Amino acid sequence: MSAENHPDSGQTANPQGGAATTLTGALVNESLVKWHIIAALFWFGIALFAGLFYSMQLIKHWPLPLIPVLSPGRIRMIHTNLIAFGFLTNAFFGMLCWTVPRLTGKKIASNFLGYAIFGAWNLIILLTYIGLHMGEAQAVEWGETPVWVDPLVVVGAVLVAIQFYTPIIRTTERAMYVSLWYFSAAFVWLGLTYIMGNFFPQYLVAGNAAGPLLGLYIHDLVGLWVTPMGWGMMYFFVPIIMKRPIWSHALSLVGFWGLAFFYPLQGVHHFLGSPIPMFAQYSAVVSTIAIEIVVTTVIINFFTTWKNGNTSIGNNIALRWFWLGAFNYALTCFQCSLQVTLTFQQVIHFTDWVVGHAHLVMFGVFSFWIFGMIDHLWPKLTGREWYSRALREWHFWLMGMGLAVMFLTLTAAGMIDGFMALNLVPRETILNAMQPFWFVRTFTGVAIIAGFLCQTANMYLTARAGRVTHIDTDYAPYEELEQETTVGTV
Amino acid sequence: MERFSFVFLVAGLGFFALAFAVSGYIPMLPVDRLEVRTVAQMSAQVPLSFVELKEQYPDAFKKAYGDKPIEAALAEALEVGHKSYVGEACWHCHSQQVRPWGGDEATYGRVSFPEEYHNKLNMPPLWGTRRIGPDLIREAGKHSNDWHVAHFFHPRDVVPTSVMPDYPWFYEADGLTPNKTGLSVIAYIQWLGSWLPAHPETIQGVGAIERAYPEPKFDRPIAAPAPAASPASQPAAEEENGGY
Repeated sequence: MSAENHPDSGQTANPQGGAATTLTGALVNESLVKWHIIAALFWFGIALFAGLFYSMQLIKHWPLPLIPVLSPGRIRMIHTNLIAFGFLTNAFFGMLCWTVPRLTGKKIASNFLGYAIFGAWNLIILLTYIGLHMGEAQAVEWGETPVWVDPLVVVGAVLVAIQFYTPIIRTTERAMYVSLWYFSAAFVWLGLTYIMGNFFPQYLVAGNAAGPLLGLYIHDLVGLWVTPMGWGMMYFFVPIIMKRPIWSHALSLVGFWGLAFFYPLQGVHHFLGSPIPMFAQYSAVVSTIAIEIVVTTVIINFFTTWKNGNTSIGNNIALRWFWLGAFNYALTCFQCSLQVTLTFQQVIHFTDWVVGHAHLVMFGVFSFWIFGMIDHLWPKLTGREWYSRALREWHFWLMGMGLAVMFLTLTAAGMIDGFMALNLVPRETILNAMQPFWFVRTFTGVAIIAGFLCQTANMYLTARAGRVTHIDTDYAPYEELEQETTVGTV
Repeated sequence: MERFSFVFLVAGLGFFALAFAVSGYIPMLPVDRLEVRTVAQMSAQVPLSFVELKEQYPDAFKKAYGDKPIEAALAEALEVGHKSYVGEACWHCHSQQVRPWGGDEATYGRVSFPEEYHNKLNMPPLWGTRRIGPDLIREAGKHSNDWHVAHFFHPRDVVPTSVMPDYPWFYEADGLTPNKTGLSVIAYIQWLGSWLPAHPETIQGVGAIERAYPEPKFDRPIAAPAPAASPASQPAAEEENGGY
């Protein structure tokens, strides 16, 4: 990072090149980015241990004392909620603080609001965390946030919208880069999805009328919040890292409109076989298969950009994270278009296949892309080189292999579970058959946690003892890249 | 087209509203005339297991629910038990829906129908998306109260392969008598499916209930009753293999 780009210097490099002198203070509040990343990793650590402990319950070795607040079921909900809201969402907020000002040339609405959002959002996570420990969960999957925290989340979503819509509206760019398309839609989707999933089934409609909304909520949280954030992030950082524009802007827009149209229509596929009317179930199946065609555009765009460039994923770990994430995404999408059919559903619906699928998406794709972003940004945020290349490699391989083995194990376990259930084998027997798979899965969890420790230790050592640098060893100075790839007008 | 307002209005609001209409609102229409039953309404029909619970643990029962009439006690038990069921994330490992495929009907009993979910305890519905343990929507009467009392304290005592957590805080200090939470959770689980005309429905009796009793929609014609298939052979088999 150059000295001019440091927040303390009061100066900044401007993506548009000419208007730097009109800005007072830095364009990007890097301290906010940094704090959101640190908070994200803090919650991520807790969520990882929660997942590990829960997996140990399934192999009958619960490591914590048998007291109500540490009940395994509560720990399970902490695992999923901290991943969705604590880790992914915090990291996305940090990513937005970095990308939106660079894409628009305008600062976020206010730095104070930035810190307010940081505080409010992490207070929400803290209250959720405490509430789940106290057994105050709400029966909404991925939204177990206690009912008394729900209004706060909506307020948080509104603040986030104000914060980032302001620069998007103020920008003088003639055309919006595709990342901004995703972001623009995702802020309103977050609020609407949350209200739909957490308030309607709780207070307004019951049973069969509420079930589809729960399905929509589970799916929209992933599809209309995590996915657009992730795609927008990928479309921003991959061109920056590779120093070349994405292969096709038009294709990325096909991806956007396809996501916007088909994604919200498919939530009911989480409850195939439930008493929801079959026309709704069929519509969900059809739109799910339709979107797999659409998300293929993203995969084509990524791999074509990568193939045409000359950035090696061997040398460049940040790009390697994005590459592995995109590979996993292709796998997920292929899997998804198969498993949504009723043929697959009768076997795998209630099994670990789905758990494996969820880990492949939330961890193998979006978390990996976030790691790619952190790998790219951390030297810039601290002004220091990465302390240890070896630790970065360990982080990558431990998490990458951990996830791969976990996914294969859970998928195999799911098929065995499903076929045994289909053949009317009693659950007691199925549980016995699951033990070896769950045993392996626990060790993959240990590997992932080891990778996490490598990452955080490396980040700490970098910030403390990394060699101070003005030019990142892996990449050219950031401002040059921005001019080269003309972010905002691609 | 490449403007913020277009993206915001069409993709952000428009497509979301469209999807809500198609996947959320239209599926509500077939059930929009059903009454959402309150807990008090549902507890008017007291399952035999709850009466037994009162007889088996009279002191604990009185301590938990006072001298209320048994219907009111059941209503309170359902509320408390449901809250525990949600708070302990039981619904993350036990589904509450029997699908029309995948061997569900033969394993658990009659396929789920919309009316049985249209009540206050299914706001939100507890269908679940994962089955580590068995489905519970047809659980009423499959096991005795004693089985549940032993099972919640240490599930592997009764089901050796179980991976279910222990719930020692469902019991008084003696570890034998269920406290209010324990009684309520047992009452709630034993209530699930008790609204069906007869239970348990197990693999031995597949189809027997359907032949013997009408569809639960009250405005439909009633089919001719037929005797259930060998109900007498069931209890002994259940004691041995835990209900399967």
